[in-house]
Amino acid sequence: MIGKELTAASIGELQSLLRRREVSPREVIDVLRERVAEVDGDIGAYLSLDIEAALKQAEHANVDLPLGGIPIAIKDIINVMDQPCTCASKILSGYRAPYDATVIEKLRAAGAIPFGKTNLDEFAMGSSTENSALKSTRNPWDLSRVPGGSSGGSAAAVAADEAFGALGSDTGGSIRQPAALCGVVGLKPTYGRVSRFGLVAFASSLDQIGPVTKTVRDAALIMNAIAGHDPQDSTSLSVPVPDHVASLGNDLHGVRLGLPTEYMIEGINPQVRAAIDAAVKQLNSLGAEIVEVSLPSTEYAVAVYYIIATAEASANLARFDGVRYGYRAENPKDVLDLYGRTREEGFGPEVKRRIILGTYVLSSGYYDAYYLRAQKVRELIRRDFQKAFEKVDAVISPTSPVAAFKLGERVADPLQMYLADIFTIAANLAGICGISVPCGFAELDGHQLPIGLQLLGKPLDEARILKIAHAYEQSTDWHKARPPIGRNVRKS
Amino acid sequence: MAGTSDLDVAYVARLARINLTEDEAKIFQKQLDDVLKYVEKLRQLDLTGIDATAHALPVFNVFREDAARDWFTAEQALRNAPRQAGGLFIVPKVVE
Repeated sequence: MIGKELTAASIGELQSLLRRREVSPREVIDVLRERVAEVDGDIGAYLSLDIEAALKQAEHANVDLPLGGIPIAIKDIINVMDQPCTCASKILSGYRAPYDATVIEKLRAAGAIPFGKTNLDEFAMGSSTENSALKSTRNPWDLSRVPGGSSGGSAAAVAADEAFGALGSDTGGSIRQPAALCGVVGLKPTYGRVSRFGLVAFASSLDQIGPVTKTVRDAALIMNAIAGHDPQDSTSLSVPVPDHVASLGNDLHGVRLGLPTEYMIEGINPQVRAAIDAAVKQLNSLGAEIVEVSLPSTEYAVAVYYIIATAEASANLARFDGVRYGYRAENPKDVLDLYGRTREEGFGPEVKRRIILGTYVLSSGYYDAYYLRAQKVRELIRRDFQKAFEKVDAVISPTSPVAAFKLGERVADPLQMYLADIFTIAANLAGICGISVPCGFAELDGHQLPIGLQLLGKPLDEARILKIAHAYEQSTDWHKARPPIGRNVRKS
Repeated sequence: MAGTSDLDVAYVARLARINLTEDEAKIFQKQLDDVLKYVEKLRQLDLTGIDATAHALPVFNVFREDAARDWFTAEQALRNAPRQAGGLFIVPKVVE
């Protein structure tokens, strides 16, 4: 298997080829570089590539390690030593990371090779990657549509076979929603399962790093490498990590899945609804029992999120002031002018909006009405899930109410954009884990657009949702479909 | 420049140290008024006796050994600074 076919391989398949010495780590980097040169002009998934650094690591790769010689693309909000880390913002122009994030150290220790930094909504704030100040990323299934976001570059790179796997970050759905819209797998681990040390902070009580991959098994392989306690992240949990691959299987007898009555709302695209209905039947045929559950407070999740996330962002982004790193406004007349103009010129509109909203909801006189109230509703949402998980092992829903929307369609109306995350946000507020797995296609304007099925699991129960998602995936062909780009280009 | 909510975008932007043009402030005012109107739905809930959740999983009082360890040198820490000299960040004069 060489050349273009090789780039279509999953991490698992690539691992076997490397171990049988049918391909060398160096060849893998070369072939991937060619694929990026072939398709990334159309897709725009990568913000930077350091081929020399990747080749250097490939020379010494030990293919017998768990991820030995496997290149992994990294969302450009995670620090990789000596590489840029732009957060897709002008305010970090010129910055080079002086250290590796813990997840990067762990990937390297498992033999993986960080390969390229992928595009995102500026500081991970968005659901379409259109808020990137640096580049436009397109959905590989239809270049006139968004890849989702904020980890849109990671999802598009994996879908377009420009990456074997990638890391993203998920604050309100930023791994799962782009994975759904690009037809790949995305896992948001439990809060505290994966260290955030070296992830540029957006909303510290919600952010998690997780994998974006072609198969569920690949997501399990990456989880085995990156999960675990890190003394450098005080929120990381000191609990044992199971082998996420060993527990995969095809039988779902004894598994109970909850279908929330509130989730089949108006506004779900009929094709998305039909795909979810079919997936539920499929899961049932594999042995899973389907039970109705109620999550009444999740109706408030988007409102709670845009108070808590913006409040935390306003504090976290105070560090970008033009003093220690990144962009600084020219010829400031005093220090306030330095701050005010550096942040005016360095941040894009969505980041400014969120900092302003976050500053407001934390300000004296409004704190109780907004922030404190949101924190209490968050507790209600957490209790809803706790109660549901007394009855079921996982909760099922669509990942996104719609398939990929058109570029530009929602940019003028932030609230409409926020509602794209209606099914994913509650998991971050409750701190639980969630996965999106391909479950069909919607047909729009003659294009096949992927649909994602979301499974939400109990805290620290990643192994179980991976198992359920894997059993489902292996009983379908959705994950084998490839977008019509590069070698697969369809004549129209 | 008040909108339909109590939020005064121009004033809060100054608190957040972000200069805005008048046009930008106008657009943000409308957009954030819409968002604040949407979040008003939280007022419908009776939250008597509910504690605020700051973190989803209970982790309290995380301590580590107070021990010296290798970390960035001054040179490394300054490497990304827009202006630096003599091992220091250079900023406009703050105190007369």
